[in-house]
Amino acid sequence: MPEKILTKHFDVPGFRELGVYRQHGGYAAVEKALGMEPAAIQDEIKRANLVGLGGAGFPAGVKWGFVPQNTPKPKYLVVNGDEGEPATFKDRYLLEYAPHQLIEGMIICSYVVGIHKAYVYVRGEYVKQINILRHAVEEAKAENLLGENILGSGFHLDVVVHQGAGAYICGEETGLIESLEGKKGWPRIKPPFFPAAIGLFQCPTVINNVETLSHVPHIVNNGAEWFASLGTEKNGGTRVFAVSGHVRKPGIYELPIGTPLREIIYEHAGGVRDDRPVKAVIPGGSSSPVLTADQLDTNMDFISLRNAGTMGGSGGVVVMDDTTCMVDICANISNFYAHESCGQCTPCREGTSWASKILNRILEGAGRMEDIDEAIRICRNMMGRTVCLLADGAAMPILSYLTKFRREFEYHVENSECDVKKSH
Amino acid sequence: MTKFKSLVGQYEETRAALLPVLHLAQRAFAQITPEVEEYIADLMQLPPVKVHEVFTFYTLYRKKPSGKHVIRLCKTLSCHLLGAESIREHLCKKIGLHNGSDTTEDGRFTLELVECMGACELAPMMQIDERYYGPLTPEKVDAIIDGLTDEPAADEVN
Repeated sequence: MPEKILTKHFDVPGFRELGVYRQHGGYAAVEKALGMEPAAIQDEIKRANLVGLGGAGFPAGVKWGFVPQNTPKPKYLVVNGDEGEPATFKDRYLLEYAPHQLIEGMIICSYVVGIHKAYVYVRGEYVKQINILRHAVEEAKAENLLGENILGSGFHLDVVVHQGAGAYICGEETGLIESLEGKKGWPRIKPPFFPAAIGLFQCPTVINNVETLSHVPHIVNNGAEWFASLGTEKNGGTRVFAVSGHVRKPGIYELPIGTPLREIIYEHAGGVRDDRPVKAVIPGGSSSPVLTADQLDTNMDFISLRNAGTMGGSGGVVVMDDTTCMVDICANISNFYAHESCGQCTPCREGTSWASKILNRILEGAGRMEDIDEAIRICRNMMGRTVCLLADGAAMPILSYLTKFRREFEYHVENSECDVKKSH
Repeated sequence: MTKFKSLVGQYEETRAALLPVLHLAQRAFAQITPEVEEYIADLMQLPPVKVHEVFTFYTLYRKKPSGKHVIRLCKTLSCHLLGAESIREHLCKKIGLHNGSDTTEDGRFTLELVECMGACELAPMMQIDERYYGPLTPEKVDAIIDGLTDEPAADEVN
């Protein structure tokens, strides 16, 4: 089996408790890091090729480097645990099974960047995980791993766990910051492209995904070369793939980031139910354009997936077998984006809702042939014209279903019924 | 009030505590009415409209009086692929929900159809109060509903 990093001890009873976590080497990285120069740690993170695993795949060490060093303002760390991309559930496991791993990564990141206050924004539905994380923060405080003068180093850090309230848009980092400030989660206008200089409370801010930060202690312990060697040329380490849909064993699978899609489905997730053939796969959450059965040999790192015309996104893999109606799935996804568009930008607010109306009309057998091209036109007009990437994230997958499975849409229009459902 | 003050104290700016304060108010008052919004606005020294805009933006704040148990059934992607719609039909029959209403006549249940809750490996899944349940079958739904008490459903951490 390939080497696991983040999920290695998930089956150890009580691993979420501080004592058990320490028995398995927990907080050794913090002890080591507090004796190192911050710049040296940042260099390790850069050379490890750790990339942002929330969806963007941007080098994490570079992102930390964007924060201005000599500023009179306080700096903040914000952890994005607002896991809302359909098909994604890895952070739920990381928060539930290894909260101290995240806290350890937060301490190291804060030490490197000179941060003394960190917020973890967790989606509101994850009540269990929020309670677990809060308990872990209290444990860490009690053992001087958080708070004043951490382990006698003179460094201090406070952590607040913040409960979201149900809005997909708050996973977008500037929408999340607005939400954390007590506002509706409307993303901020770019530039600046990163909240590094002007973020939370208008102060310099690092924002990273739960999974990204959870990797940090392991890189400090084992070195950049080790981590980089587990991945591909530009994307280091492992990734926690969340696999669902028509597979026998849905769940999370931590694998080298460049693992082929076919291996994830057949060797890890148990293959397709009833041994049916794969029809299509969503490789990185609902926003990633769909892959067809002839693309299963694609590697799952960010660059290979981009070359295949899709994206690594959040690592949420949905497998669909040959009984799946693509019109149905496309309409279902369009409903999600129409519901979650925050309403700030007209092309997205109107585009997602019209796309959804048209696709549902086709699904219900009331569509017209020109609706197909109309939906394509709407999607193309949404892309690149909004404050954030939600519009692109809605348009890209819808376009992929309309173009790759156009015949199914035409059949629905011509016959007012589904040929896939009819033949199964 | 002590809870309110400790919540506000965690943040650099008072306003940042608004989401947690609304969560707290929802637990304390069951229903966030315009009067409750004004009360919060007063406490936090915000214009009432700023509270109202946040309250209405987020789906977890209930806009209508709800039943004793709030059931959120996921309708997105993997749950949809694996039969969320037939679970919905069964669930409605089981709890006695009809005529397009979202709350049962006895006031015991409110059913919301919601977007992805981040538990696709449990598809089709639902959340009752604070707890996740899945993968659901009609038989499991019956057992879960029959097993509920008057207390909110919550996860045990073990």
